Amino acid sequence: MFTLTAVETEALALSLRVAGLAVAVSLPIGVVLAWLLARKHFPGKILLDGIVHLPLVVPPVVIGYLLLVTMGRQGIVGAWLYETFGIVFAFSWRGAALAAGVMAFPLMVRAMRLSFEAIDPRLEEAARTLGANGVWVFITVTLPLAVPGIITGAILAFARCIGEFGATITFVSNIPGETRTLPLALYTLVQTPDGEAGALRLVVISIVLAFAALLVSEVTARRLKQRETD
Amino acid sequence: MAADNTLTVNVALARHGFAMEASFAAVAGLTALFGRSGAGKTTLANLIAGLERPARGHISIGDRVLFDSESGAWVPPEKRRIGYVFQEGRLFPHLSVRGNLEYAPRFLPAGTARPDFDEIVALLNLRSLLSRRPQRLSGGEKQRVAIGRALLAQPSLLIMDEPLASLDAMHKAEILPYIERLRDEAAVPIVYVSHAISEVVRLADTMVIVDDGRTVASGSVEEIMGCLDLRPLTGRYEAGAVLAVTVRGHDKTFGLTELGFSGRRLWVPAIDAPLGDALRIRIRARDVALSLTEPADTSLLNILPATVREIAETDGPQVEVLLDVDVPLIARITRKSLAALDLRPGKPVYALIKAAAIDRQSLGMGGSRKRRK
Repeated sequence: MFTLTAVETEALALSLRVAGLAVAVSLPIGVVLAWLLARKHFPGKILLDGIVHLPLVVPPVVIGYLLLVTMGRQGIVGAWLYETFGIVFAFSWRGAALAAGVMAFPLMVRAMRLSFEAIDPRLEEAARTLGANGVWVFITVTLPLAVPGIITGAILAFARCIGEFGATITFVSNIPGETRTLPLALYTLVQTPDGEAGALRLVVISIVLAFAALLVSEVTARRLKQRETD
Repeated sequence: MAADNTLTVNVALARHGFAMEASFAAVAGLTALFGRSGAGKTTLANLIAGLERPARGHISIGDRVLFDSESGAWVPPEKRRIGYVFQEGRLFPHLSVRGNLEYAPRFLPAGTARPDFDEIVALLNLRSLLSRRPQRLSGGEKQRVAIGRALLAQPSLLIMDEPLASLDAMHKAEILPYIERLRDEAAVPIVYVSHAISEVVRLADTMVIVDDGRTVASGSVEEIMGCLDLRPLTGRYEAGAVLAVTVRGHDKTFGLTELGFSGRRLWVPAIDAPLGDALRIRIRARDVALSLTEPADTSLLNILPATVREIAETDGPQVEVLLDVDVPLIARITRKSLAALDLRPGKPVYALIKAAAIDRQSLGMGGSRKRRK
């Protein structure tokens, strides 16, 4: 039987926690941003679109470094956050969540945006003639119709968070129990003499986890589609 | 009806190659916006509903101003209380039929009388559909649900944009009686957008002709249809004068119904309507022939003494003759016959109408006069 060692359990639990926090916090921002990009025209839209997609095209180390400069204890934003709210990102698992969330953000927004774009705006018009104002139209028509895409986006982002490496190690380093997620643990084992066996086990865990996420995403999307045609 | 629900529209709009200049009023009953595709009927409907904004002008229902460019007044669509039945239904796919029907009432301002759900469900015969998903409905069922959903918003005006256009003949016939009931039973004025003259004749009290973004003419269906210079717009082949008639008797032996209008009599194939019922019939111009003498020994049942009022030339080999049989009647004859009979305004003639030419499609049931008594 495949039982996890204490170190493996620790890395896995940390990974799940980091990815969970990252997705939970970025989800509402992602939904609003995806809707804005899908439906609204405003000055600077192309620029915003570019910034959202940056983590997809820039080396992860660059993102990690930028986070370190801005969100670290000495960073402009980081210092302010620490002084105002007492929140510290540097070298903490929250920082790992931030790095993972930023890296996964474009994937999440893309999936959701496609989903918003696929909604027939004439349904929203119909809702308005029935007495719903802009906010209610969003809550009662737009959002429910976008749910399959939102779920897909969230799961993709979750899987991407689990796999985040470059930005994380650059920003919050590789601290056992605090920022050593699955990929970092794997990296550490690969660097250690005689670590191959342990590394292989982590590879299997990573693959199983990623595969499970994709499977859940696919099944959910299908379920929801089915429900709509029933 | 206590509140004055007269719709007054006077709007102008210009955008990439399309200009609109429209002005009309719609009182109680059903007002048809009639015109060919691309004439701007849907744009006009959207302006009334508030889905599009006019460049300038004025829109009001009774004394409630919905748009006024001078005072800057603008009521957003969700506050207009205008029900809108779209051509494609636009039912919410994520809600059941019941969910669709229950969508609007929750947005009604507190203190407004709630519409009677069961009454509207019964009116449109929706009971058996309530738990279904919109995707599983036929085209006709979808439109019935869409009508019910709009009515449950307790509208002070109902817009129907070509609600039958996407349906086949069978489903059209299924929906028409519901629209008639709505017109006669629900006290909501209806603006009905259509390019099908048969629907307009059957359903409308008043019609407004829209052509190239402009409202060209408006008036009662009888008036407009009896107007020769509007004939290019009302359509040559299908169009004809519209008469308001009452059912005077049924001839069971021969399967005929006798209709009366201003002291005249008209035989048509049996109609299932009680004595005294008010109907409207369209007599297509191509079904009316003319004679200078009263024909004897003829199969024609309807021979009406008439006077020529006006003769309109057309591009083809035919002309249209406006006749006076106390009400307007239009005949289309060849130019050759026009010359042979030497027809001129003022000349007495006999209008000959084949009874068999007047079919179900030419009938408007439960016409305006019945409701106004």
